[in-house]
Amino acid sequence: MTATVSRRPQPRLQAGRGGFGSVLRAEWTKFRSVRGWSVALAAAALLTAGVGLWAAAGPTNLCGPTSPTAPAPAGPGGAGGGGQPCKNSIPTGPGGEAVDDSFYFAGQPLDGDGTVTAQVTSLTGSYSPGGGIAPGPDPEAGFVPGVQPWAKAGVIVKATLRPGSAYAAVMITGEHGVQMQDDYTSDTAGLPGAVSAGAPRWLRLKRSGDTLTGYDSADGRHWTEIGAVSLAGLPATVQAGLFVTSPARVSGQGADQNAAPSAASAVFTQVSLAGARSGGRWSGGNVGPGNGGSGYPSVPGKFHRAGSTFTITGSGDIAPAVPGGVLIPGETIAYTLNGVFAGLIVAIVLGTLFITGEYRRGLIRTTLAASPRRGQVLAAKAIVIGGAMFTAGLVGAVIPVSLGPRLLREHGNYVFPVDALTEIRLIAGSAALLAVAAVFAVALGVILRHGAGPVTAVIALIVVPFFFSSALAVLPASVAEWLLRVTPAAGFAIQQSVPAYAQVSYPYTPQYGFYPLAPWVGFAVLCAWTAAALALAYVLLRRRDA
Amino acid sequence: MNALHNALHMEWTKLRTVASTVWLLAGVIAVTVIVSAIVSSALSCTSSAGCHPDLTRLSLSGVDLSQAVVAILAVLAVTGEYGTGMIRTTLAAAPARITVLAAKATVVTALVLAAGVIAMIGSVLAGWLILPGHGYTPANGYPALSLADGTVLRAAGGSVLYLALIALLSLGIAVVVRESAVAIGVVLGVLYLIPILSLAVGSPSVARHLQQISPMTAGLEIQASIGLRSLPVSPWVGLGVLAAWAAAALLAGALLLRFRDA
Repeated sequence: MTATVSRRPQPRLQAGRGGFGSVLRAEWTKFRSVRGWSVALAAAALLTAGVGLWAAAGPTNLCGPTSPTAPAPAGPGGAGGGGQPCKNSIPTGPGGEAVDDSFYFAGQPLDGDGTVTAQVTSLTGSYSPGGGIAPGPDPEAGFVPGVQPWAKAGVIVKATLRPGSAYAAVMITGEHGVQMQDDYTSDTAGLPGAVSAGAPRWLRLKRSGDTLTGYDSADGRHWTEIGAVSLAGLPATVQAGLFVTSPARVSGQGADQNAAPSAASAVFTQVSLAGARSGGRWSGGNVGPGNGGSGYPSVPGKFHRAGSTFTITGSGDIAPAVPGGVLIPGETIAYTLNGVFAGLIVAIVLGTLFITGEYRRGLIRTTLAASPRRGQVLAAKAIVIGGAMFTAGLVGAVIPVSLGPRLLREHGNYVFPVDALTEIRLIAGSAALLAVAAVFAVALGVILRHGAGPVTAVIALIVVPFFFSSALAVLPASVAEWLLRVTPAAGFAIQQSVPAYAQVSYPYTPQYGFYPLAPWVGFAVLCAWTAAALALAYVLLRRRDA
Repeated sequence: MNALHNALHMEWTKLRTVASTVWLLAGVIAVTVIVSAIVSSALSCTSSAGCHPDLTRLSLSGVDLSQAVVAILAVLAVTGEYGTGMIRTTLAAAPARITVLAAKATVVTALVLAAGVIAMIGSVLAGWLILPGHGYTPANGYPALSLADGTVLRAAGGSVLYLALIALLSLGIAVVVRESAVAIGVVLGVLYLIPILSLAVGSPSVARHLQQISPMTAGLEIQASIGLRSLPVSPWVGLGVLAAWAAAALLAGALLLRFRDA
């Protein structure tokens, strides 16, 4: 063969000296012509999908026949009072996310533009240390004093009093100073510091069309704008007034986790509502499902008015709902991707065999004689195994992600809604996880040249840290988080489906599907490890005799 | 008897003259002690709420990782021979194949037991040195970790047996599949996947059943020091579950070795 060196791409690549294309084709031929490997590829897809569906079909959440709309009192997956599968109704915010929207509201309808202003002079709180609510007329009997860090009291403008409707609010919080929040997920900080009679906080919310502007002030004269938000589609008549709420106090982990209901009381003075339609009556009431309705424990609130001074007690939260643990008996869509672990082990074994098989049989010498540019051989192997695993992973992930939520719902489990982009990230991310793990195994296979080492190393680096920090849950949270930041197991962050919110106090641990790194950052950590292993493999492959 | 003696001698010679054996045994000891020490130093007991009650298990948690090294050792003892074709020489020299397998199992088990004893003594020693400095003092209700304590002795001694049984399980699987990468993948899959699945599956009763049959979760209950009544299986029964897995794997390996061409 005398293939001439040409700068133009040749239409048909010749074997032997045909460049990268033929190296790639050679590796692809090797891969597809070993029947066991094709079977393993199918097994990876089947395991990923099958285990995911099996897990999704497992938990059944039963509710008593007396309250078909309320979830069982038991935790996620726990069998409740018997009867039929639950039909959970958790409100959804304007952004499509599950929300908790329960608080005590004192206000009146506001027609058109207007401004609500109040001075808060006190915010106190109490909570149930044991986690329960006393039966009888006083549910707060047995509560001990203590304000929750994210207890909230302030002024609010809300589209309707239906849970999940659009809103904006300026509030003083238990430990996070003044905040302006809107539509459950957005949060802007205002004046810092706690509120007291000596250091009151003035809060103001101005409505102008769809735009709501929040202000705060320490003295009622000098106002600072915190932010302005636009709530699209706000009706002409909205609800405006005061609110108080206090989220459940979550403590402990795993089986010891406990959500204790809490309440907060705030004193508002010099309350005013200026608007086109003034002189309306102030009325108060609990908004939201109340105790147990959404899984968030809360107690009924109350309201007392003397002139322009209001004393309001409220319980609940206006915030995104947090999956896992005791707060909501529900699952995230990532739950259907548990099979990825099974797929990963197949991917790692396959990636290893793809290279160590050549060393074992001496085929590597033929391979390197046929294509002496060893870097190209390594790249071709990585591309072939990565591409094959990615395809298998796509098949394996798309099935449980599309069918799993339906299975979960049929068994009475609430499934946290996610947008289409998140679903795509979960599917493609899981497939990429399998692909990168297989490439990682190829690189370690070149470095170690024997089968047992690379398989153990990659499993020990990817699966075991996850196992130690998430599944086993014996490690302190700080060590568990550290493991999921620096080891290749950080890549599992790509499977996080619901974000962690700073404005919700919750143990955001890997056990509940929260990872310390952002999805793509975590995945980049895995890729960095793989890239480093590939670089070392390249150097060794070039230097060593095969 | 003479045949077994010769086979034992042969296996011992093969295993001790491979450089990787010493390194892997050292690895078992190092990984056990280092991971146990890291976990022990990561714990702190400042208030009664933050204290972890099951100190014995935590101070031996290096086993969770070092069992992977044991698995490599046992798998390589078999697949190394298949990889090089040595197995044919071995079986020509000692045609009683079951005896060869028994000898291999005996030698590997003896080595793992020896390494396991050193590893557990090191781990308990590390816990004994580290834990009091992290608030786990007799004043807080945590007596010093000591092998003189019956529960600690059962946990540490049981962990040595656990590693030996993991070696036998790996050996059996390796004889069945004859390929290093696949064998180690199967072993680690069986060990680590079932616990992950048992936590993933929502139904508590299914999860409990999975934990009862999982060789790792059930076997490691031998390390439990508290709440023995609420365990999925009691410590010694749990170790028995792992022994059943190991026996099944060895039996499958023995049958295949006996009736299959090498």
